[in-house]
Amino acid sequence: MSAVSRPLRARLVVAVPYLWLLAFFLVPFAIVLRMAFSHADTALPPYAPHFASLDVANFAAIGEFLAALDLDNFRLLADDALYWQSYLYSLRIAGLTTLLALAIGYPLAYAMASAPKSWRGALLVLVILPFWTSFLIRVYAWIGILRPDGLLDAALIGLGLTQEPLRLLNTEAAVLIGMVYSYLPFMVLPLFAALEKLDRSLLEAAADLGARPWMAFLTVTLPLSIPGVLAGCALVFIPAVGEFVIPDLLGGPDTIMIGKALWTEFFSNRDWPLASAVAVVLLVLLVLPLALLQRARLAREGAA
Amino acid sequence: MKRLGPGLILALVVGFAFLYLPILALIAYSFNASRLVTVWGGFSTHWYGALMHNQPLLDAAWLSLRLACVSATLATVLGTLAALALARHGRFSGRTLFSGMVLAPLVMPEVITGLSLLLLFVAADVERGFWTVTIAHATFSLGFACIVIQARLVGFDRSLEEAAQDLGATPLITFWTVTLPLIWPAVAAAWMLAFTLSLDDLVIASFTTGPGATTLPMRLYSAVRLGVSPEINAACTLMIGAVAIAVVAASLLLKRERMAGG
Repeated sequence: MSAVSRPLRARLVVAVPYLWLLAFFLVPFAIVLRMAFSHADTALPPYAPHFASLDVANFAAIGEFLAALDLDNFRLLADDALYWQSYLYSLRIAGLTTLLALAIGYPLAYAMASAPKSWRGALLVLVILPFWTSFLIRVYAWIGILRPDGLLDAALIGLGLTQEPLRLLNTEAAVLIGMVYSYLPFMVLPLFAALEKLDRSLLEAAADLGARPWMAFLTVTLPLSIPGVLAGCALVFIPAVGEFVIPDLLGGPDTIMIGKALWTEFFSNRDWPLASAVAVVLLVLLVLPLALLQRARLAREGAA
Repeated sequence: MKRLGPGLILALVVGFAFLYLPILALIAYSFNASRLVTVWGGFSTHWYGALMHNQPLLDAAWLSLRLACVSATLATVLGTLAALALARHGRFSGRTLFSGMVLAPLVMPEVITGLSLLLLFVAADVERGFWTVTIAHATFSLGFACIVIQARLVGFDRSLEEAAQDLGATPLITFWTVTLPLIWPAVAAAWMLAFTLSLDDLVIASFTTGPGATTLPMRLYSAVRLGVSPEINAACTLMIGAVAIAVVAASLLLKRERMAGG
């Protein structure tokens, strides 16, 4: 092994994925950022000004560049109620989805972690299995259940529980069912990982000291599973904010998620700069809770 | 281990019923002779026959499979390199940026990834189609592949690599004969994950594709928007069956591997 070839090879291991990500992640993102400060035009491609390369070494050029930034898109986003509403609606749907997934996922993960060891692997596969099938299939399955005269209505009327069809499809309830259903594995897996690691002798100690089971749960199990809860909530909440295919299929025409607003601006209105501005704001909205979560994690690690 | 109490058994039953009943209902109604979704008209495989003559859907499925194979392979190679870079090369300049770029696509909303890549392809004036979607899929599944492989690299006995090098193996030979055989279950898992992510993706593909390259999720999406039909049920059932077989086979393979490895 020569002294020269090793660093070269080592550099290649780093350089290949590095350059790939620079080209296909960072540069595209810079383009979105720049595009957000342009305005729509009827040219092809449909925006102006057509920005050329930026001469960073030249300070005057930077000044000109900053002066040319067009803030109209962001003003529009701030002024137009449609965008505020769709941002808030996305946050609301994502928040409710997260809470419901936690409410269903926690007992499930707890039961899985308490199951005999020989079952756990199989239970884990059973939770992951639906995740490997297309989310479109899973949403489609719910359309068949929730549509008027669908399986749910047929079952309820057949059992004599209701007389009228429930008309659940195209309501917010349908959106939430579809979202919780699609994202449940993301909640269960980190919860299960946290709960399975839990030292059961702590619970026995609590019981020996006279704690009732629910008391032991509240004072021992729950606090120790908080990292799993936070991870699960983040894994559900973050993609749920940007999600729009599920609300589009299960929700009514008035359910406009922010992802859908971006999609419409881009494909129907062909306003690429406005779509980019929506993307930038959406990203800021997502980075904030992530940063808070990271700080909470660091604080906990610092305290431990 | 104590036996499960009734409350916990209830949690398991309710949880798994919620996860599986919709899928079971979907499968059951793919064998329905009636076109109506709520009326059971008897057992029939009619819709599977009809599926075989649905050329646009078959074309889309074939395209998606090829695309998933190529992009998963790209993502796995790049993800392995990225994992090696992060796990083995300690501090290199730009490491923070690098790990940020590897992990960011995991939390990036698909609409943003799709939009940004499309704008890149437009700016670069590339003809959009199979290869642009492949690049997009490889880029966003690279991070998933990297995490899976990195986890294996971290819990790995490095003295084996050192032993090989002490015995005169070059780093490349060490990688092929020692490192790769030891991490291959993670590499295989990463490939399968990337494959599934690609096969499942609707949003990024819709942004980055061009005329003539319609993927299976795009076809399914437009069909689903038009309403429920037993033919879609049949298509979904076939996909679920393929996935179930692959997952069971993979877990059996991993189990045998673990047993052989002790």
